Amino acid sequence: MERAIRPKGKLVIQIEGVTKEYKMGDEIVKALRGVSLSIYRNEYVAIMGPSGSGKSTMMNLLGCLDTPTAGKYEFNGKNVAAMEDDELAAIRNKEIGFVFQTFNLLPRSDALANVELPLVYAGVSGEERRNRALAALESVGLSSRVHHKPNELSGGQRQRVAIARALVNNPSIILADEPTGNLDTKTSVDIMNVFEDLYEKGNTIIVVTHEEDIARHARRIVRLRDGLIESDKLVSEEYLMKA
Amino acid sequence: MKEIKILFYEFNESFKIAFDQIRANKLRSILTALGVIIGILAVTLMGTAINGIDKGFDNSLSMIGYDVLYVQKWPWANVDDWWNYRNRRRIKTDYAEQLNKMIEAAPNTELIAAVPQGVNIKSVKYEDNQVKGVFLMGTTDEYPIISTVDLKEGRFFSTIESRTGRPVCVIGYDIADALFPNGSAVDKVVQIGGVQCRVIGVLAKQGKFLGLFSFDSQTIIPLELLQKHFGETNNDRVVVKIKDKTRTLEAKDELTGLMRRVRGLLPDQKDDFSINEQQAFKSTLDPIKSGIALAGLFITGLSLFVGAIGIMNITFVSVKERTKEIGTRKALGARRRTILMQFLIEAVSICLVGGIVGLLLAWGMSVAIGAAASSFPVSFSFDLVIVGMAASILTGIFSGFAPAFSASKLDPVVALRYE
Repeated sequence: MERAIRPKGKLVIQIEGVTKEYKMGDEIVKALRGVSLSIYRNEYVAIMGPSGSGKSTMMNLLGCLDTPTAGKYEFNGKNVAAMEDDELAAIRNKEIGFVFQTFNLLPRSDALANVELPLVYAGVSGEERRNRALAALESVGLSSRVHHKPNELSGGQRQRVAIARALVNNPSIILADEPTGNLDTKTSVDIMNVFEDLYEKGNTIIVVTHEEDIARHARRIVRLRDGLIESDKLVSEEYLMKA
Repeated sequence: MKEIKILFYEFNESFKIAFDQIRANKLRSILTALGVIIGILAVTLMGTAINGIDKGFDNSLSMIGYDVLYVQKWPWANVDDWWNYRNRRRIKTDYAEQLNKMIEAAPNTELIAAVPQGVNIKSVKYEDNQVKGVFLMGTTDEYPIISTVDLKEGRFFSTIESRTGRPVCVIGYDIADALFPNGSAVDKVVQIGGVQCRVIGVLAKQGKFLGLFSFDSQTIIPLELLQKHFGETNNDRVVVKIKDKTRTLEAKDELTGLMRRVRGLLPDQKDDFSINEQQAFKSTLDPIKSGIALAGLFITGLSLFVGAIGIMNITFVSVKERTKEIGTRKALGARRRTILMQFLIEAVSICLVGGIVGLLLAWGMSVAIGAAASSFPVSFSFDLVIVGMAASILTGIFSGFAPAFSASKLDPVVALRYE
């Protein structure tokens, strides 16, 4: 299904005819049955779908946490589908910033150390690491909470730390999996404002969610059902039509 | 270059994590480390005991002398065909004089001098005190050439006393102690097997030879005197000092040749004497010593092994508990080896802490044992510290590897979903 939008930037993600099968006991479950999707720089995409639609599998593939059973996946022109574990780890480290529903901060490290972590794995030296982490924390408005441990922060603040961590290595995409799933409505709005802000600054954002309210913040919505893309529309089209 | 830098940062990070982890689970870490502490303690104490035994053996062997050869009727090693030795002619003490003449005449000799030793067992008496079964040795004034022992007091006998067989004696430390509990033994007259001798010197304390035979309960008199009263025995011998203890074999060959001449043996006749040296003891004792060491280390090693299993178990638990964290780290770019290293270092850290504590305890205990019972052979050494540390690091790697490897192989998708 082709999309009626002229891309702003260069191609970041290109998926063609991707399938993903799992073995569950003796049965083979087809989570994705042939999906094609292109995402360009500085897009803001929401991936939606009910449970069992292949949404999580899609997110794992997009995040290079997993490789497809068949099909083509190129990330910035690199063939991800054929990569080994450690090569994938390098891609995740440099190209992808993850934001999880459960924040996934290291409980015994303070905000700064949490944000520094991807830079440790990237081999950035101590001082630069610190400066970049501080800058990232500042960009999400947490300059005053640098040395707080996760259990000393509110849910919204924790997610901001996680976003700072996702940003710190200047990734090609920010991949958020139900980023507001564990937050109340007001905090959710705050977090979505942070994403909006990042998008305005030129970042590419992919949000996986099942909440319409959250998806509405994006510019483009990809809907999955039964392992296939059901629709792929601009938010303006989608909601104008419904209105 | 970049790779080395990354490795360094990961290494650093791993240590930080290990430290945090140990601090966060204090009780658990202490209990786990206890296994290693006990293991290292046992192994190190065994090490001190082995060291002690080693030292004891060395001390004993040095009493015999490293650079002397003993010409005797019997070999020191155990022989099965004893009947072949039984009928050998006695070793005569005057061989020493003949040997000395030959040594003087030989241009490139490996030998220095030969000293005769007549041997007997007698009792030594002073007033009402008596020591029975004393090792009585008759020798010449040249005895100090072949002996390492010092005199505690007095002097050794002179050439004249030796030649003329004057009734003088030098007594061992224990005999002096037994016969003269208060005051000096020198110039007292003792009865040796009924012969009156004046004590002219007391030997310094030497200790027991392998805990069997005490060099401190011997008594030395001039050979002339010994043979006049007690005659010759099957145990008489000639002791020869050699020039270079690293050339014992050559010296032995030379001495064999000389002895064959002394004995007047024909070329087709077999040697009818034995040339003994401390090496013979060493080669008999070394297998025993290493047997003790191996058995001891094996048994104590088992306790270290139990400690290692404890570490392995707790590392598995740690991996399980932190599955989600592993998933997060992998999502953020941690590679397999990063995760592997993280858990290995955690296991090694606990082992190292355990090892250090164990070594400290072992050191304390060996000092305490040494102070309480000086005869007990313990000896703590720097080598033991190195071995102990290496053992604890290896234990950590051994026990941490399986769990760390399983952690490194976790699928990030599965790990992230783990609750």
